[in-house]
Amino acid sequence: MFGFYIALAVFLVVAILLLIFRITRLVDIVKGTGDKIVTGSNNVNAALMIVFMVLFFGLMAWYSWAYFDDYDPPVASEHGELTDKLFWRTMWITGIVFAITNILLFVFSYKYKYDEKRRALFYPHNNKLEYIWTGVPAIVLTWLVISGWMAWDGIMSEAPEESEQIEIVGQQFFWSLRYGGADNKVGDYDYRLINAVNTHGMDFSDRANFDDFNSNNLVIPKGVPVLLKIRAKDVLHSVFIPHMRVKMDAVPGMPTQFWFIANKTTAEMKIEEGNPDFEYELACTEICGGGHFSMKKKVIVLEPDEYAEWKADQKAWLSNNPEYMSQVPDNLKELALVTSGINE
Amino acid sequence: MATEAAHIDVHAHDDHHDDHHEQSFIAKYIFSQDHKVIAKQFLITGIFWAIIGAAMSAIFRLQLGFPDADLGWLRPLLGKWINETGQLDPEFYLALVTMHGTIMVFFVLTAGLSGTFSNFLIPLQIGARDMASGFMNMLSYWFFFASGVLMFISLFIETGPASGGWVVYPPLSAIQTAMPGSGLGMTLWLVAMVFFIASSLLGGINYITTVINLRTKGMTFSRLPLTIWAFFLTAVIGVLSFPVLFAAALLLVFDRSFGTSFYLSDIYINGEALPNVGGSPILYQHLFWFLGHPEVYIVLLPALGITSEIIATNSRKPIFGYKAMIVSMLGITFLSFIVWAHHMFVSGMNPFLGSIFMFLTLIIAVPSAVKVFNYLTTLWKGNIVFTPAMLFSIGLVSVFISGGITGIFLGNSAIDIQLHDTYFVVAHFHLVMGAASAFGLLAGVYHWFPKMFGRMMNAKLGYIHFWLTFIGIYAVFFPMHYIGIAGFPRRYYSFTNFDAFSGFTDLNQFISVAAICTFIGQFIFLFNFFYSIYRGRKATANPWKSNTLEWTTPINPGHGNWPGEIPQVYRWPYDYSKPGAEDDFIPQTVPFSETMESNLPHENDLIALEKEEAEEILVDESKGH
Repeated sequence: MFGFYIALAVFLVVAILLLIFRITRLVDIVKGTGDKIVTGSNNVNAALMIVFMVLFFGLMAWYSWAYFDDYDPPVASEHGELTDKLFWRTMWITGIVFAITNILLFVFSYKYKYDEKRRALFYPHNNKLEYIWTGVPAIVLTWLVISGWMAWDGIMSEAPEESEQIEIVGQQFFWSLRYGGADNKVGDYDYRLINAVNTHGMDFSDRANFDDFNSNNLVIPKGVPVLLKIRAKDVLHSVFIPHMRVKMDAVPGMPTQFWFIANKTTAEMKIEEGNPDFEYELACTEICGGGHFSMKKKVIVLEPDEYAEWKADQKAWLSNNPEYMSQVPDNLKELALVTSGINE
Repeated sequence: MATEAAHIDVHAHDDHHDDHHEQSFIAKYIFSQDHKVIAKQFLITGIFWAIIGAAMSAIFRLQLGFPDADLGWLRPLLGKWINETGQLDPEFYLALVTMHGTIMVFFVLTAGLSGTFSNFLIPLQIGARDMASGFMNMLSYWFFFASGVLMFISLFIETGPASGGWVVYPPLSAIQTAMPGSGLGMTLWLVAMVFFIASSLLGGINYITTVINLRTKGMTFSRLPLTIWAFFLTAVIGVLSFPVLFAAALLLVFDRSFGTSFYLSDIYINGEALPNVGGSPILYQHLFWFLGHPEVYIVLLPALGITSEIIATNSRKPIFGYKAMIVSMLGITFLSFIVWAHHMFVSGMNPFLGSIFMFLTLIIAVPSAVKVFNYLTTLWKGNIVFTPAMLFSIGLVSVFISGGITGIFLGNSAIDIQLHDTYFVVAHFHLVMGAASAFGLLAGVYHWFPKMFGRMMNAKLGYIHFWLTFIGIYAVFFPMHYIGIAGFPRRYYSFTNFDAFSGFTDLNQFISVAAICTFIGQFIFLFNFFYSIYRGRKATANPWKSNTLEWTTPINPGHGNWPGEIPQVYRWPYDYSKPGAEDDFIPQTVPFSETMESNLPHENDLIALEKEEAEEILVDESKGH
C-alpha cells in the first residue's frame, strides 16, 4: 500500500511538472518571449547568484564554526601536531583565495548581467595582470611546498635507534602484531613458513625471533619513538591511526614502515575528551575486500614505565609453542631456551 | 604545391557531396562515418551510462546514509545482493563503488564528453568536411560500444562485477579468490578496458590529425577557438597515456591467467603460499597512475575548453588572455605526465620520490589558477546572458575553484598522510573533476543542442535543472570535506565498527538525501533533452550570436557540413563587443576589410594580406575547375 502511495505521489508530481511546462511554453509563445535571448529570467538568474552565494558562505561558516570539535579529531603524536599546523595554515591561505574568487565570480555574474543599453568592455589581454597572477600563486605555493617538504623529510627519516620495533601484518580481514621482545628486534620471516600456528612466518634460524611475542592490541609507550614494520600477507592494506596522523600501505612482498612518537596516553585522552570510553583505533584505508570496513585494532598508549611493566609480562611466542624448538638450529637451541623463557 | 593539391581535393569532395545520394538507414545512423552522427552516438551512449553510474551512487548512498534501512524493495533490481534482512551485500557495495568510478570516469566523462564534443566540434569549428578518417572514427565508436556491452554484461554475472575499486590494484584484482569480484567480473573489466583504450586511441589520433591537417584557409593555430585547443591537447594526452594503461592491464591479465609475477610477490592467501616472487604491486600503481593522472585532465580540459567558449560568447566579451589560456593548457598538458605519483605518497614508494612529486604537483596549480583568474576577468564588465549553458559554465568555474583548492592540501605529502584515502579526497576529485567535467558536458549540450538537432532546448527547464544540480552538487560534496578531515576512510561499507568514525550519521544522511534529489533532478534534463529533439522550438542559424564557424553552416548541416565552399577565416573567434562595430559580435568569416570601423591598428595591416589571398584563391579556382 505504501508503495502505491509513493507511486501515486511521483505520478502526480510529474503530471504537475508537465502541466507547468506546457503552460509556460504556451505563455512564451503568446508573449513572443521565446524568440528573445534575454528575458526576465536573466535578472532572476543573476539575483539567484547572490542568493546562492550568501546561503553557501553562510551555511559553510556556520557549520565550520559550530561543529569544529566534531570534525577536527584531537591529535596525539608529535609529527601529527606539525602536519596539523601545516593543514590549518594551508586552510587559511586557500580559504581566503577560495572566498575571494568565489565571491568575485558570483558578484561579477550579478553586477554585469545583460543590459541592452550597455556594451561589454573589449578587454582581450593584459600581460602585466597575467604575470602577477602567475607569479603570486607560484611564490605562495613555493612557500607551502617547502614547509611541507621539510615536514615530510623529517617524518620519513630513518627511525631513531632506540625505537620500539613492532611488526604489524595485514591480512583479510584483520591485523596481527609482533613485538621485538627483550632485544627489541623483530626477527626474520619467510612467507613460505606461514601456517595456522606460525602466522607471521617467523624463521627460527634467526635468533632475534626467540623472544618475539604477539599482542592482541597495539600497546605503545608515550614519548618513545615507535617503529611500525608493516607487512601484508595477501593483498594491499593500509595502516591508519587517525589520532596519530599515521598512514602507510601494507604491501605484500615489500615491507614498509612508519615511525612516530605518541604524546598522549589513552588515560590522558579519556580526560581530555571527557569520554571515559575513549580508545585509540587502527583502521585499514586501502580497499582489501568485503571486510575492508571491519579491520580494527585497538591502540593503547601507556606511560613508559607502565609499558615496560606490560612488556615484561608478555611471554615469548616460542615459549607458548615449544614444538617449534625443532626448527631452531642446533647451535642456537640453548640460546633459544634461555631467551624465549622456556627454561624459566 | 601541397596546399594547392589539398585545395583541389576539397573541391573534389564538394562535387561528390553535391550528388546527394540517399544513404540507407544503417549507413546513416548506425555505421555512420559522419562525425556529427558519431558525436550523437557518443552522447546518447554517454547519457545511458551516466544514468546507470549515477543510479549506482544513489544505491550506495542509501547504504551510507541509512545503514539500518530495509532495502528489500530493491530486490527486484538487485536480487541476491540484498540479503534476507534487507541489507546491501558488503561485497556488492564495493562492486557498486568500483563500477560507479569506472563508468563515470571512462564511459561518461571520457567517451561521453570528448567523444561527443571533439567529434562534433572539431570539423565544424576548424572548417572541415569531416574527420580525417571517417572510418576510424566509426570504429572508435563501435569499440566503445563493444567495451560498454562487456562492462554491462559484467554487472549481471553470478560473482558480480569487478569490485577492487576503479583503480583495481593488484594483488586484490590479480588473485581470483581474493574476492568474488576478482573472478569473471575482473576479467570482463579488463577486456572491456582494452576495447575502450582502442576506442580512445582511434578517436584521439583522428582528432589530432584533423586539427593539424584539415583547418580551413585562414584558420591558423592562433585563431583556433579554445575548445579546439582543449580537444587537441586532450587527444595528445590520451594518445600518450592510454597505451600505458594498456600495458598495465596486459600485465595484470598475465598475472591473473598465465602465472606470471609482475605484480605478485610473497603472498599467503586462503591457507596457502603462492609461488609468485619478485613482483611489485607498486609497479602497477605507477603504470596505472601514469594514465590515471593525465586522465583527470582528459576529462577536465574539454570541459574547460567548452566553458571558455561559452563564457566568452555569453559575456559578450573576448576571452581574457587567449594566449595565456593556451599556454596554461600546454603547461597542464605537460605537467599532467609528471605528477602521477602524488597518488602514491603513502604507498610505500621511496619518500624522496614523494618530495619530487610534491614539488611537481603544486606547480600544476599555477596554470589552473591562471585559468580561473582569466575566467573571472572575462566576466568582469561583461554583458552577461544567462543561458543554461552559461549558468553551467559559471557553475563549473565555482566547483573548479572549490575542488581545485583542496588539491593543494592533497598535493602536499605531509598533509596527505592524514587525508589520503579519506572522504576529503572523495570531495576533492568529485568537485574538481567529476562535477566540473559534468558541468562542462551539460553546458556543451545546452549550447550546441541547436546545432546538433536544429531545435532549442527549453531554457526555463534548463534554469531549474541548473539550480537543482548546482545546489545539489555542493550539498553532496561540500560536507564530505568535514567527514574527510575527521578521518573517515573511503570505500567503507559502514562506519559503525569504529568509535573514531561513529559521528556524522546526520551529515551522511543529509549527503545521501541531497545525492538522491540531485539524481532525480537530472530527469528534468533528460526530459528536456529528448522532448526538445522532437518538439523543441526550431532553432535560428546563430541563436547565441556566436563568432565561431559552426554557426555558419545550415541549421541542419548535412554530410560535408557546408553545402558550398568551406568558409575562409580572417580573424580570431573572440571579437565580441568590439568598439566601433555595429553588432556586439563579428564572426570569424568576416574579413577585416569589411570592418574598417572597428579594426585595431595592426589589423588594418592584415587587409593587404587578405587581398593577396583572395587573388590566390581566384587563381586556384580557375586551375581547379
